[in-house]
Amino acid sequence: MRIALFATCLADAMFPQAAIATVTLLERLGHEVVFPPKQTCCGQMHINTGYLVEATGLVRNHVEVFENAGCDYAVAPSGSCVGSVRHQHAMVARRAGDEGLARRAEAIASRTYELSEFLVDVLDVRDVGAYYPHRVTYHPTCHSLRMLRVGDKPLELLRHVRGMTLVELPSADSCCGFGGTFAIKNSDTSTAMLADKMTNVIESGAEVCSAGDSSCLMHIGGGLGRIRSGVRTVHLAEILAATEPAVVTR
Amino acid sequence: MTTFLGVPGTGNLRGTESFPRAARHALTDTQMRRNVGHATRTIRTKRLAAVSECDDWEQLRLAGSALKQDVMSRLPELLEQLEANVVARGGVVHWARDADEANRIVTDLIRATGSDEVVKVKSMATQEIGLNEHLEREGIAAIETDLAELIVQLGHDKPSHILVPAIHRNRAEIREIFMREMPEAGELTDEPRVLAMAARTHLRRKFLTARVAVSGANFGVADTGTLTVVESEGNGRMCLTLPETLITVMGIEKVVPTFTDLDVFMQLLPRSSTAERMNPYTSMWTGVHEGDGPREFHLVLLDNGRTRVLADEVGRAALHCIRCSACLNVCPVYERTGGHAYGSVYPGPIGAILSPQLTGTHGHDDPNASLPYASSLCGACFDACPVRIDIPSILVHLRAEQVDSERGGLPSGQDLAMKGAAWAMGSAKRFSLAEKALGAGRLVANKDHKITTLPWPGSKWTSARDIPEPPKETFRQWWTRNHQGDAR
Repeated sequence: MRIALFATCLADAMFPQAAIATVTLLERLGHEVVFPPKQTCCGQMHINTGYLVEATGLVRNHVEVFENAGCDYAVAPSGSCVGSVRHQHAMVARRAGDEGLARRAEAIASRTYELSEFLVDVLDVRDVGAYYPHRVTYHPTCHSLRMLRVGDKPLELLRHVRGMTLVELPSADSCCGFGGTFAIKNSDTSTAMLADKMTNVIESGAEVCSAGDSSCLMHIGGGLGRIRSGVRTVHLAEILAATEPAVVTR
Repeated sequence: MTTFLGVPGTGNLRGTESFPRAARHALTDTQMRRNVGHATRTIRTKRLAAVSECDDWEQLRLAGSALKQDVMSRLPELLEQLEANVVARGGVVHWARDADEANRIVTDLIRATGSDEVVKVKSMATQEIGLNEHLEREGIAAIETDLAELIVQLGHDKPSHILVPAIHRNRAEIREIFMREMPEAGELTDEPRVLAMAARTHLRRKFLTARVAVSGANFGVADTGTLTVVESEGNGRMCLTLPETLITVMGIEKVVPTFTDLDVFMQLLPRSSTAERMNPYTSMWTGVHEGDGPREFHLVLLDNGRTRVLADEVGRAALHCIRCSACLNVCPVYERTGGHAYGSVYPGPIGAILSPQLTGTHGHDDPNASLPYASSLCGACFDACPVRIDIPSILVHLRAEQVDSERGGLPSGQDLAMKGAAWAMGSAKRFSLAEKALGAGRLVANKDHKITTLPWPGSKWTSARDIPEPPKETFRQWWTRNHQGDAR
């Protein structure tokens, strides 16, 4: 299958390892991955801050890029960016009075998937052949849970990872307090939410906190690092892409 | 022809400072945070259990949403029908454009009875218009009879939750308030039963002497003229049945077309609000009856900004709210800040979309202009809402309205940042240049490869969180290096 990588601007610029892992994983599963280089940003930050007019151009660019990618599917290592494509792009286009763009955005949205739902729903795979010998807890990000309804698909994938101990995260479905510009505009409240999330991560006894969104991980990891918690954050794609080192014989 | 879009809502719908500022103060109140955190966690768990018992919960939500959409699409017609049926059964109907007009109507009605004291059923509409404060100024004592509302009133406090107005208080604090304000109760312990009995004794005296009662309404049935109050204590029913005169203040959005529509809402409301299968005290009354209940019944239909909200195609769903508070109880923001930070009598997610729409906002300095941003858009409220109000989408819509209303003026720092980012991300060429510029961030990183301090507004992030240094190689650079030739 030919898959277009929707890398997301954040992973591209700040967390390339998540996008690289997505490519590695999909290629290992026998698929051809292409990266349409004209992609930039889906506009989620603009939309969620109220700058829908400014986001319209970003939506148009996104739609054009993935229309011309020549792929059956677009896959992103992010629940919230896919959530924006699926639940906001057409609305932004309609608000700008561009019904044609809205229809095209809906067509692209129907072929755009977050990584875990793509693996489980489209590729119908649970065991991706990963090996990750660490104690891991998983934070299901708000938009993957409540916009995309990925349910426990990420956990199903993680349960099949060899060598890994998956531990439960208390109050897992509570928001970490990121919320895009919310973390800046309401930084005190955001920090209070983050403090509780960090407490739960630490209480889980995990050495790694994973999630399907680089943005939430940047927030949780930024807090865990600041307090020298000894817990690190790793994107779901990186865990699923990790394999056992080749055994040296003779 | 001009379309009447309604007058802005007035009363207790706006605080004095923006949400981020009010929240900063609230977050330092450790006792409040413990009380609200404990209470919301408890109600949250119970609600989930109560809801999961219903196999048809999603169908009920869809039915509730459809009924409310129908109501909003023919609100004037339904209100006139309600008026006609209330009048036909011996009631009197009054129309109030805003808080002032409603307060005036209620005051005049009380004056006409010659009474200077009223007992009150817990009501959001009268909280909204600030009726108690108004009556006090007019020399009329309003006595709240709902236990939690009484705690708030005796504590000279403000409610911080739609359903549990004293949620920010614990029983030790309640004991103190009672001992100070009800000296006749004598020495009290902080046992819930002891506190409830003290309140009961205090209130029974009022029920037996009051000649006028003021209530709100959960529902008004257009085809029968029936009003409904849903409560848990029975104190509401005392007010609704014992006094000679009953005055009900109802928001115009509370009308439902037919009596059978209550079937849906009486399943949705108790499970969503108190996590009960069935509501304990459901009072319904239709007009007046000789020798039974109040001899005079007045219904005050309150607009106070609702027509304004109705005019907004996206935002009008805020009027579907049945005041269950499920969104407050699941909201991670409300759980930390409590209700007072929202400034309005309507706190939490529903308040964040309702208050600014009811009042309208004047520029970004208006405290209510900050409310649509008081959310991380986590979506927990939408999932919990029994009438499926898509609160996150309405929040985004109101943010866009806010930004658009300021266009053409001097651009703010945020405007410049957003426009700059949109320009930089407008083409892949500019975006990869921006990525290269971002690489300069490596210069300010520390030895652990973390950025720990940034100038404002970045300091809002780095005050509590690090940022990793930008990578040596962006993804697109890696791709070009590894997949050169097959890039499209």
